[in-house]
Amino acid sequence: MLIYFLQRLVSVIPVALGVSLICFMLVHIAPGDPLTAVMPVDATAEQQAEMRAAYGFDKPLPVQFVLWLGNALTGDLGTSIASGRPVADEVMRAVGNSLILAFFASAIGFPLGILFGFLAGTYKNGVVDKVITGIAIAGVSVPNYWLGMVLVVIFSVSLGWLPSMGAGPGGSTEWAWDWEHLRFIILPAITLAAVPMGIVTRTVRALVADIRSNDFVTALYAKGLMSRHVVAHVIRNAAPTALSVVGIQLGYLLGGSILIETVFNWPGTGFLLSNAIFQRDLPLLQGTILVLALFFVVTNLLVDLAQPLIDPRIRRT
Amino acid sequence: MLMKTLRTAAIAAMASALMATSALAQGTLRIGMTASDIPLTTGQTDQGGEGMRFMGYTVYDALINWDLSSADKPSTLKPGLATEWSADPADLTKWTFKLRDGVKFHDGSAFTADAVVWNLDKLLKEDSPQYDSRQAAQGKSRIPAVASYKVVDPLTVEIITKQPDATLPYQLAWILMSSPANWEAQGKDWNAVASKPSGTGPWKLTAFTPRERAEMEPFADYWDKDRVPKLDKLVLLPLPEPNARSAALLSGQVDWIEAPAPDIVPQLTGNGFTIVSNTLPHNWTWHLSRVEGSPWNDIRVRKAANLAVDREGMKQLLGGLMEPAKGFLPASSQWFGSPEFVPTYDPEAAKALLAEAGYGPDKRLAVKALISPSGSGQMLPLPMNEFIQQNLAAVGIDVTFEVVEWNTMINIWRAGAKSENALGTQSINFSYFIQDPFTGLIRHLSCDLIAPNGTNWGHYCDPEMDALFKEIRGTFDPEAQDVVLQKTHEKYVNDALFLMVAHDVAPRAMSPKVKGFVQAQNWFQDFSPITVE
Repeated sequence: MLIYFLQRLVSVIPVALGVSLICFMLVHIAPGDPLTAVMPVDATAEQQAEMRAAYGFDKPLPVQFVLWLGNALTGDLGTSIASGRPVADEVMRAVGNSLILAFFASAIGFPLGILFGFLAGTYKNGVVDKVITGIAIAGVSVPNYWLGMVLVVIFSVSLGWLPSMGAGPGGSTEWAWDWEHLRFIILPAITLAAVPMGIVTRTVRALVADIRSNDFVTALYAKGLMSRHVVAHVIRNAAPTALSVVGIQLGYLLGGSILIETVFNWPGTGFLLSNAIFQRDLPLLQGTILVLALFFVVTNLLVDLAQPLIDPRIRRT
Repeated sequence: MLMKTLRTAAIAAMASALMATSALAQGTLRIGMTASDIPLTTGQTDQGGEGMRFMGYTVYDALINWDLSSADKPSTLKPGLATEWSADPADLTKWTFKLRDGVKFHDGSAFTADAVVWNLDKLLKEDSPQYDSRQAAQGKSRIPAVASYKVVDPLTVEIITKQPDATLPYQLAWILMSSPANWEAQGKDWNAVASKPSGTGPWKLTAFTPRERAEMEPFADYWDKDRVPKLDKLVLLPLPEPNARSAALLSGQVDWIEAPAPDIVPQLTGNGFTIVSNTLPHNWTWHLSRVEGSPWNDIRVRKAANLAVDREGMKQLLGGLMEPAKGFLPASSQWFGSPEFVPTYDPEAAKALLAEAGYGPDKRLAVKALISPSGSGQMLPLPMNEFIQQNLAAVGIDVTFEVVEWNTMINIWRAGAKSENALGTQSINFSYFIQDPFTGLIRHLSCDLIAPNGTNWGHYCDPEMDALFKEIRGTFDPEAQDVVLQKTHEKYVNDALFLMVAHDVAPRAMSPKVKGFVQAQNWFQDFSPITVE
C-alpha cells in the first residue's frame, strides 16, 4: 500500500509538469497583449517596450517558461499584471472562496444524487424512477448559468428573500458562518450542485440497477435475507464506482465555475480566471490554471487511495 | 419562560432590523462598477475613465481639476491643488504653478511644492526611490509635454516643457498627488500604500478588499468646503457582468449601477429606478484608413457614408441611450464650432455623391471594416455595426466585417492600418475618449503620431491639419485656444475625416433614494453632493 501510495505520488510530478507546459503554451498562443491590461491604450510604442521588458515579455518563450517554472517550484507564481499583487495570494484567496462554495454544493449535490440514484435504481422503470431521471437529466442539461439567473430573478429580484451576488455583506474577508453570510451562498451552491447531482444520480441509478440484477442478489433473497440487509450489500458493491464519480465531480466543484461565479459575482477561482482571460493577465492565468489542475490531480489521487479501503477486491500491493 | 424568551428574541430582531435600516438611512451609497477589480488605489489609477472617476478624483486631487459641478455645460478646467498657473511670455516652455496654501493629505502631512516634485518623480524618474512602475505605466503617457520640473519655493513649482505646449494644463489634470509622508510611513512600499493610501481628495479610503469592495468616508478637512461629501460612506463593488449588476440593483444590494444594458432599462424604470444620462466626451466612430488604395481617400465617398447612416434609427435601436453624432465632438462641446457639413440622414444625397465618385448600381463599392463584438466604450458594437452595414448597403456600399476580440483590436489599432494585422481592412470601429485637445483631436490625425509611433491609425497626414495642431499647442490664451480648437474640429467635420456615428450618454441607473447627483458632461463625476435617503 505504501509503495502504491509513493508511486502514485511520484506520478503526479510529470502530470503537473505537463499541465504547466500546456497551460503556459495555451495562454501564449491566445491572441492579445497582456500590456493592454496595464497601460492606457494610447501609450507610445516606446513606453510599451519599456513595460514589456519590465515584465520579462521580451524574452524568448522557452526562457520565460523556465523562469516561471523555477519560480513556481519555490511557491512564487509571479505577480499579476493587472493588479500588481502576488498571484499566489490572489489564487489562494479565490481558492478559499471556491472551497466554501464547493463545500455547500457538495453537501447538496452528492447526498441528493446518491439518494435519488439509489431510489431510481431500486424502483427501476417505476414512477419514482421516471421522476428522478427527469430531475437528473434536467440537472445535467439545463445550462447552469441560466438556472442561476432564473433563481436570481425568482428569489432575489421578485421575492427579495436572498441576495443576488457577493460573498457576504462585507465581502469574503469578513466571511462568518452565520445566517447573514450563509444566505449569500444558497443560490450559487444550489446552481453549482445541479450538474454533479444529475451525474451522480444517473451513475448510481445505473450501478444499483445493474447490481440488483446480479445472481448474488437473487441468492441473498433466496437465503431469506431481509430487504434492508440486501440493500447493504448493494451499497457496498456500488460504493467504489460511485466514489470515483464523486471524486471527479468534487474536482469540478473545487475548481469553481467561471459561469456561476460570474453570474453571482462570487470571488472564487472561476471569477478570477474569467477576469484574467479578459485582461490577458498571463501570470494570473497560468497560476490559477496550474493550481486548479493540481486540485484535480490531488483529488484523483485521494480517490484512488480511498477505493481499496472500501473495496478489498481492488486492493493493490 | 418560553414566551418571554421568544418576546426578547423578537424585540432584538426588530431592533437589529431598525438599526440596519437606520445605518443605511444615514447615507451609504453602494455603487456597482463595470470594472472587474478595484482600480489602483495608490494615486495614478488604472482602468481608464472609470478608474479616475471612482478612485482618482475621489481620494486625490490634481494640480488642475475638472469642474464637475454642472450638467448643462461642457466641463472646463478649474484650480485644484494649484491656484494659478501661467507660461512665461519670454520663454513659453517655462510654466509656473502657485500652490494652494494649507492643504493637508489624509494622513495629516502638508501638501507642498516638494510633494509635487516627488509625485512627478514617482512617474518619470526611474532612479528615484519612490518610482512606481505601475503608476508610471498609467501616468507617464498622460504628460508627454513635461521635460523637467523643480521647486521654486514651498508653494511654487516650475515645469519646463519640451516645446511650447499650451495643452499642459489638460495633461496635468490627469496627474494625482499622493502623500510622500504616507509612503514613508508604509515602509516605502507601494503595495502597503495600496491598502492605506493618502491623497488630498474629498474621500478617504477606509477599507479595501481586492476584486470585491472598497469603502470610503468623507475627509472632513478637505480644502474645498463646498465639496466635503454629504454621505457617510461610499462603497464601490466591481460587478463586471451586466445581468449581475442589474440584479444587484433590483434586489437592493446596490443603490447605483454603471452602464445598465439598454434592454433592461424599461424594467428598471418600470420598477421605479431612475436612469441618469448626459452627453459624454466620447465618440463611437469608424476611424478610416487613408493608406494608398483606400476608397475612403475620396472625400465624396466619406461624405456619402456619413449621409447614409440613420442615426435616429440607431438611437431607437439602443433604447434612446446614445446621442446621434453631428460631428466628431458632441454638439455641446465648447470646441464644436460651426462646421458647414452636417452629417444628416440623406440617402439620396449619399447616392448622388457616390455617383459623382464613379460608383452606382452597376459598380457598387466594396469596403472591409474591422469591428469587435464587445469592448470598453464600444456600446453595443454588433447590432450597431450591422445597422450601419444595412444603411450603407442601401446607398451602394457593401461592407464585409472582420470581427476580432477587443484585446486583439486594441493591438491592431496600435499597429495601424498598414500593418498586416489589420487584415486588409479600411476602417476600424474604435471608441474614443475625447475630453481634452490631445485625446479629442490631436492624437488621431497628427503626422508625427502615425501608427505604430502613435495612435493615428489611418495614416492620415495633412500639413494644414498639422499647422492647426501646432497652433493649438502655441495658443496660450484659453479663449483664443478654444477658437483654434473650433477651427480644427470644423476641418474634421467638413472633410468628413471619420464616419461620425454616435456619442455615448453614460447611462447609470440608481435607486430613487439617491438624491443630489449632477451628471457632468465628463468621464469623471463628483460624488460630494449626493445623499441617500
